[in-house]
Amino acid sequence: MKPAPFVHHAPVSVEEAVSVLGEVGHDGKVLAGGQSLIPILNMRLASPGHLVDINRVTGLDSVEVTPEAVRVGALVRHAGLERSAEAYAALPLLRQALVNVAHPAIRNRGTTVGSIAHADAAGEMPAILALTDGVVEVAGPSGSREVAWSDFFLGALETSLAAEELAVAVRFGRFPAGTGTAFTEAARRHGDYAMAGVGVAVTVTDGVVSGALASFVSVTDVPSVLDLGPALDGAEPGSGEWDAALDTVAEAVRGHVEPEGDIHASADYRRMLVTELTRRALPRAADRAGADT
Amino acid sequence: MTTQLFGAPIRRKEDPRLVTGGGRYLDDLGHDALAAAFVRSPHAHARIVDVDASDAVDVEGVVGIYVHDDLPGRVGEPLPLLIPHPTLTHGRTGYALARDEVNHVGEPVVMVVATDRYVAEDACQRIRVSYEPLPVVVGIEAARDGDLLVHDDVPGNVAAHMLQEVGDVAAAMAAAPRTLTLELDIERSACTPMEGKGVYARWDHERGELRMYSSTQTSTGVRAAVAAKLDLPLAKVECIAPDVGGGFGVKIMHPWPEEVLVPWAARLLDRPVKWVEDRREHFIGSAHERGQLQTVTVGFDDEGRVLALDVKFWHDNGAYTPYGIIVPIITSTQLLGPYKPGAYRCEFWSLYTNTVLVTPYRGAGRPQGCFAMERTMDAIADELGLDRTEVRSRNFILPSEMPYDHGLLFQDGRPLKYDSGDFPASLAKLKDLVGWDDFADYRARAEAAGRKVGLGIGCYVEGTGVGPYEGGHIQIETSGRVNVATGLTSQGQGHETVFAQIVAEELGVRMEDVHVTTGDTRRMPYAVGTFASRAAVMSGSAIALAARNVRAKALRIAADALEVSPDDLEIVEGTVRVKGAPATSMSLGTVSVLSNPLRYAFDDAAKAATQFAGTFDPDKPPVADDEEPGLEGRDFYSPTQATFANGMHAAVVETDPVTAEIRILRYCVIHDCGTMINPMIVEGQVHGGVAQGVGGALYERMAYDESGQLLNASFMDFLMPYASEVPTIETDHLETPSPLNPLGIKGAGEAGCIPVSAVIASAIEDAEGFPITRMPISPNDLWELRRRHAAGEVPSLHRLSSTSSKEPTA
Ligand SMILES: Cc1cc2nc3c(=O)[nH]c(=O)nc-3n(C[C@H](O)[C@H](O)[C@H](O)COP(=O)(O)OP(=O)(O)OC[C@H]3O[C@@H](n4cnc5c(N)ncnc54)[C@H](O)[C@@H]3O)c2cc1C
Repeated sequence: MKPAPFVHHAPVSVEEAVSVLGEVGHDGKVLAGGQSLIPILNMRLASPGHLVDINRVTGLDSVEVTPEAVRVGALVRHAGLERSAEAYAALPLLRQALVNVAHPAIRNRGTTVGSIAHADAAGEMPAILALTDGVVEVAGPSGSREVAWSDFFLGALETSLAAEELAVAVRFGRFPAGTGTAFTEAARRHGDYAMAGVGVAVTVTDGVVSGALASFVSVTDVPSVLDLGPALDGAEPGSGEWDAALDTVAEAVRGHVEPEGDIHASADYRRMLVTELTRRALPRAADRAGADT
Repeated sequence: MTTQLFGAPIRRKEDPRLVTGGGRYLDDLGHDALAAAFVRSPHAHARIVDVDASDAVDVEGVVGIYVHDDLPGRVGEPLPLLIPHPTLTHGRTGYALARDEVNHVGEPVVMVVATDRYVAEDACQRIRVSYEPLPVVVGIEAARDGDLLVHDDVPGNVAAHMLQEVGDVAAAMAAAPRTLTLELDIERSACTPMEGKGVYARWDHERGELRMYSSTQTSTGVRAAVAAKLDLPLAKVECIAPDVGGGFGVKIMHPWPEEVLVPWAARLLDRPVKWVEDRREHFIGSAHERGQLQTVTVGFDDEGRVLALDVKFWHDNGAYTPYGIIVPIITSTQLLGPYKPGAYRCEFWSLYTNTVLVTPYRGAGRPQGCFAMERTMDAIADELGLDRTEVRSRNFILPSEMPYDHGLLFQDGRPLKYDSGDFPASLAKLKDLVGWDDFADYRARAEAAGRKVGLGIGCYVEGTGVGPYEGGHIQIETSGRVNVATGLTSQGQGHETVFAQIVAEELGVRMEDVHVTTGDTRRMPYAVGTFASRAAVMSGSAIALAARNVRAKALRIAADALEVSPDDLEIVEGTVRVKGAPATSMSLGTVSVLSNPLRYAFDDAAKAATQFAGTFDPDKPPVADDEEPGLEGRDFYSPTQATFANGMHAAVVETDPVTAEIRILRYCVIHDCGTMINPMIVEGQVHGGVAQGVGGALYERMAYDESGQLLNASFMDFLMPYASEVPTIETDHLETPSPLNPLGIKGAGEAGCIPVSAVIASAIEDAEGFPITRMPISPNDLWELRRRHAAGEVPSLHRLSSTSSKEPTA
């Protein structure tokens, strides 16, 4: 469990990082928190010749809140974002999801942008980027570009980021007033990758639902957002009508997800699980929406 | 005025060192050593066609690359079969490096020695081994079918077939008013200590001497095995177990291939060599345990009394049997727990599979046996509509029946004879602790709130402290420092503390003056090892006996010097003094000076013992004919049989009515290990054991696919419980002293884990209303069972046969 030899690069600016990435091309890998990459190297599942360690790059470690979004730099650790009071006030969903990402020790080191760049279907933050209609800010040899989440995730562990590009930040979009959110997941052990998870956002206007979205963890191979508006719009949370609507939601979720079985849980179990988790998350989100208005 | 040390919950002496990074584990040693790494088989069963290392020899830093052909003499012969048994008719062991055939994924094929581990692994990656795959046998059913063979010359894959019978089971079964049959299944798990194995060897060319360090549970065993393999006189081999980061059984197996190869390479290259096992190697290259299929048939009367018990089981022993069939023998004997089985017959088959070998893991066959017996007790209770504790009570061996001889042979080849225990008292305490009789109310309230809860129970008896022997050596220096040595090793159990407590109490010295060394063949060459919950019983007793010898000698010498009778003396806090006249005294340090007549003075204390100091009787030799110099003593403890500890556990679990997630709400333990040397350490052992038991019950399994690949060979996918998965453990003790040893003690090391799978199965069954026959159980498994139950494929418990369970949402 020792990595194959590699050259370690330690750029101090985005320009320098991008230029090194351009030179080493496909033989290079960005090293951020290392919480996914280092185990892969140690098990020799990958043996890149060059690591471009961005930990000394300046200007990537801030969380900025704007009226539209929460912008998270590439060196913001999961723990930093989780504890940011401004980010929580603007988008409680971030903390609601982040406490489910691994364990505190890993969150102290792992980056939120890194986990989005890694694009694990079992990662929480890719699903959250999708649910918030987020954007990835990318720097490359030919300048900067922005990629909408829906164009970013191509497959499990696969994104539209080119080998010579660096994700410098992501922007999680904020929800309209009157929106409540919830995140819930079930893992075999506390802090493990989830067997299934779901984030939901419910907007309530004048006491009835005016919008509802869900995004899933571990049961779709790329993040995708399910619009629950057709099932829930117009329903008053807690009413009999709402309860019936939850059955429609369950049906929609079952149809939407495409879980795969593994040694921890079968596809059938995961489908049941995510359906139930969604049922449990929606009333919580609706409650919070009520509290918000 | 002296504080009682024996029996006190004294904090562990070793902890400040161990928890502040002061431990010296194997990888902390030998920074100048070369590193070894291994190419291991990626196939579960294959013939080795060719090894091509041409791309690896040029890797800078590679010192040597070795295959089986390179191994001379006994190094190249099969590894020893450590514990032969007459029924082990087809015992097989592997080679240090595979010769023609590999029999499990992870078997070492090539060893690379290089300047460091990185380089060694680079070279390993460049070595190409061609294999001709052979048919693979995975799982007990496949092994039992016997269509495909692991070893060509082992028909039916049967390594051993053993049968023990007491009484006439056929007749008793036929006469029994009722019978039941249970089919049970326990999956594999493993010890997975935090520190894997590791070996570091230095060869002294001039002296022809080997010093080796191994992260082992038996340094004397490794020493003897390596001396034999390398053809070295025992006197030229030293083996030291440094701090060991957990063992749980896997490190009592020896010699591991690496324990032979690393010293061999060190001698060949005349350079220190080290190998430290990584996590993946530990999963695929060490040992697992537990896997069994069981069929239990029980005959009983209308009161629930067992009249006949007929058990058949099939035990997965993996690819080889170097540790013999200790595990299934223990299952077959310890299965009986605290009960009288009436007539008893147990037949087992120990079967080869193309998987990692199986050797004892904490509990060592008992968790499986306990599962069989306790599932049976619950089934009888359900069949008769009796309380589960009532059925157990009716079958208990009573205190008045002790010692109780089952008429069977135990794992040490000696009679399975319980020395003591008070099972009704233990059960009464357990019912009290968990609130057994109030549970119905609790359940009713929970059900009213839409929750599903269940209560489970499990009882066990554990033969601990098996022989053949251990020794203790105690020496008191002129400073008053007390050096204690015993040969068995420590893996974090707290030996430095409990052995010091025994010595402090026996000798009358302060804890801080006692210094304990374990697992160093230079200090105590005669020893067996740390396993079978035997350290306290065996080494503790030996050390107590040695301390009594030293005490007698100290009193003799002091009595002489003080001109009183030894009977008038006592030792308090390291000072020998006259009872009732404490001013007439001398320190043990001074006694030590007097015990060792000297020619040369090297300090003030020594001066007092030199030949011109003081008076002496010119007619007597400086050392009396029947004395030896030095204030020291040695003794050995070798019992005629094991001593039997016992315990009873109960748990309350909650299962999610929809997702089938399982949560342990309460876990209660009554534990009886005889007289406790240190109750805090006993509780620590119980807690650790229960944590491992929870792993075995709810999380851990070895996910082999049909081609013999272990799919979860990492801590990401092998689900050892975190602190967050282990419930708070409530404990209470009973102390039934053992009549067998001087301290009245019984072992406590393994106890905690033994009944956990049985207890959790019992509780889930109670919550769900249908039988649980297979462990571990995951939420997915439980959810599937609910579906099958709803479809009528799994019967309801009798107590619930009227109510049907709610259909799960799919
Ligand atoms: C025991 C354990 C449990 C875990 N459990 C979870 C969990 O439950 N949920 C979860 O979501 N994650 C989990 N993780 C992963 C963790 O969240 C990681 O932090 C995250 O996946 C990657 O972030 P990182 O900064 O460590 O990235 P690294 O490991 O440094 O990199 C990961 C990948 O992303 C690329 N990359 C990183 N940053 C950038 C960038 N700025 N631009 C371009 N490419 C980049 C790297 O090249 C690499 O391919 C777990 C990790 C461990 C070790």
